[in-house]
Amino acid sequence: MNNNKKNNWQRYIVVFLITSAIFLTGLWFSGFLDQRRIKQLQNIENTISLDLQSSEIQFSLLEELSCEDISSSTVLSSELNSLAEKLSYSESNIGIENEEVISLKKYYSLLQIKDYLLMKKITERCGEESTFILYFYKNTECQDCTKQGYVLTSLREKYPKLRVYSFDYNLDLSAIKAMIAIYKVEDNLPALVINGEVHNGFKTIEEIEEMVPELKESLKIEEDQTEGEIEDTKEAKN
Amino acid sequence: MLGYNFNHSILFCLYKTLKNIANNAIITITMDSVISILFYVFSFLAIYIQVFFLVTYIEKRKTIIKNPDKLKLKFYPTVTVAVPCYNEEGTITKTVNSLLNLDYPKSKLRLFLIDDGSKDNTWNIIKEFHNGKNIFAFTKENGGKHTALNLALERTDSEFFGCLDSDSLVHPQALKRILSYFERDKETMAVCPSIVVYEPKNFLQKAQTIEYHMSIYNKKMLGFVGGIHVTPGPFSIFRKKVFDELGPYHKAHNTEDQEIALRMQKNGYKIDHCPDAYVYTITPNTVRKLYKQRLRWIYGFIKNLMDYKTLLFKKKYGTVGLLTLPSGIIGVLGVIFLFVNVIYNLSNFIYHKIIQIQTVGFENLFSFNGFNFDWFFFNTKAVIFSSIFMYGLILTSLLIGRKLAENRAKFSMSVFYYLIVYSVIAPFWMLKAALNSIVSKESSWTGERKVKSS
Repeated sequence: MNNNKKNNWQRYIVVFLITSAIFLTGLWFSGFLDQRRIKQLQNIENTISLDLQSSEIQFSLLEELSCEDISSSTVLSSELNSLAEKLSYSESNIGIENEEVISLKKYYSLLQIKDYLLMKKITERCGEESTFILYFYKNTECQDCTKQGYVLTSLREKYPKLRVYSFDYNLDLSAIKAMIAIYKVEDNLPALVINGEVHNGFKTIEEIEEMVPELKESLKIEEDQTEGEIEDTKEAKN
Repeated sequence: MLGYNFNHSILFCLYKTLKNIANNAIITITMDSVISILFYVFSFLAIYIQVFFLVTYIEKRKTIIKNPDKLKLKFYPTVTVAVPCYNEEGTITKTVNSLLNLDYPKSKLRLFLIDDGSKDNTWNIIKEFHNGKNIFAFTKENGGKHTALNLALERTDSEFFGCLDSDSLVHPQALKRILSYFERDKETMAVCPSIVVYEPKNFLQKAQTIEYHMSIYNKKMLGFVGGIHVTPGPFSIFRKKVFDELGPYHKAHNTEDQEIALRMQKNGYKIDHCPDAYVYTITPNTVRKLYKQRLRWIYGFIKNLMDYKTLLFKKKYGTVGLLTLPSGIIGVLGVIFLFVNVIYNLSNFIYHKIIQIQTVGFENLFSFNGFNFDWFFFNTKAVIFSSIFMYGLILTSLLIGRKLAENRAKFSMSVFYYLIVYSVIAPFWMLKAALNSIVSKESSWTGERKVKSS
């Protein structure tokens, strides 16, 4: 009765092709921007790596340089922190299983270890007031790791001298495995290594402050210094 | 050099992205990856439907008939219009007057005003119109809209039959414009009008204006490809022989206008749409009323779909089985999915914030460490781009719908009202309708027409 019942298959196919083209363009553009992100991360890591190498060379030449010159030109944690934020974003957006993201994460972990070793040497040699925390976590099935992350972020903001290096326990990287073996870090995560001592399980801000009394002391010294500077300025004005 | 070019080629990027999606899908079947895959599926299907309409519009736009202001028909067949009413004392006079103002020979037009057991003054009003010549008023015990329409069908021998909901008004030229479609094509068995919102006052009614404009476009496109699945209560006109051959209206879960259209499609009857036959309908002005109306519509759609599931994906039933009904299913499921997704993300966010507060207090809850603009943190997942395409296509359909309805394609604030109202409230009636259809809890037509307490 109704000749409208004739299906226009050609229209269905053309629409399918157009929709696929739109969809694939979206996929391609998204992939293209992800590649740009990865490139940006590579550039940041290369810059940090270069800075680290430069610091290492400076450290080797320590005898000819003053401590002041070295510490001011070493890699800043903020740069590593910003890289960490971007890596974490890439993990959740590009994919935790993405090979390039994993590779970048490995490189980032190596940079952290290098920075840690160098900063430790400089601290010992030049008497810098820095505290180091090595933090081992895992991405899945670890509620306490999320909480520990909040605690460490909060501590880092409170104590600028604190340097936190975080490592994915399950990352297939020999350097991390070596650290796990050296400090005997167990699978019971999160785990913190403070002054060479391993602390398993979640630790609150107060507990960490108790473990590292230097943190509060460094804050006091800083406050005293600031007060002293203010008084000096007042006197100078008078 | 060759390697460099390949690394940056479209194909390579595409390969990488598809590989990532595949990795996500196969290796880690997490909640997030399931959501992501569903998002891709729904957005692909939604884009497909919108592109289908757009392609049809581009192909057929020149064949859309624009009738002159004063149209003359070759013949003026007899037409009966039934007006079923239940508690419509506030609007019935306007509705009947609009019918009396139709530009159509009075001797050829019969009006059946049927009071379906109203509890207000409706009967007293409509009996005043009764003249025993071309206007007939009836009152009966409440039995539902379909019983009122069937009462009119039993008493008429007109060549054409139509219904006008008692909350709607017709444009004086609407009937002639609709009948011109029957005159042009003898195979056309029913023609739907363009329904627009009558004097939208508040933001809710303005939001519905947009929806009705879009539906004019969708209906016209479906009309072109034989895919109309609803002959709306406000002024759809049928050849009387449709009912003689297929039987009267059914209760059809209080959506008899959907059922009769599906019955016609099943039997190969052609349904068309006349974009310039305007019917002005009074739309719900409160969220509660809108919710109740849509609950009935969606519930009716789901239940009628179950009753006519034989139409689904059968090529012999054409566009209705292959596109219209599947797109309705995608619409209901898609909106529910989006809603669940938003709730999931929101609860995830709140859950993490609670953990953060419990762990470190309120100190760092809103600390942004000095906001730095960095494109790196822009969400550029493929679903974002497909959503942008999707919204682009929806806005295009809105513009075309507006052009068909008002002969002007302009954006207004109502678009924002539409996006806000429908993304916030629609999931609730969709979910409720889906749940009701599982437990077969009907929404009533009369429930939307409560008597105002005097």
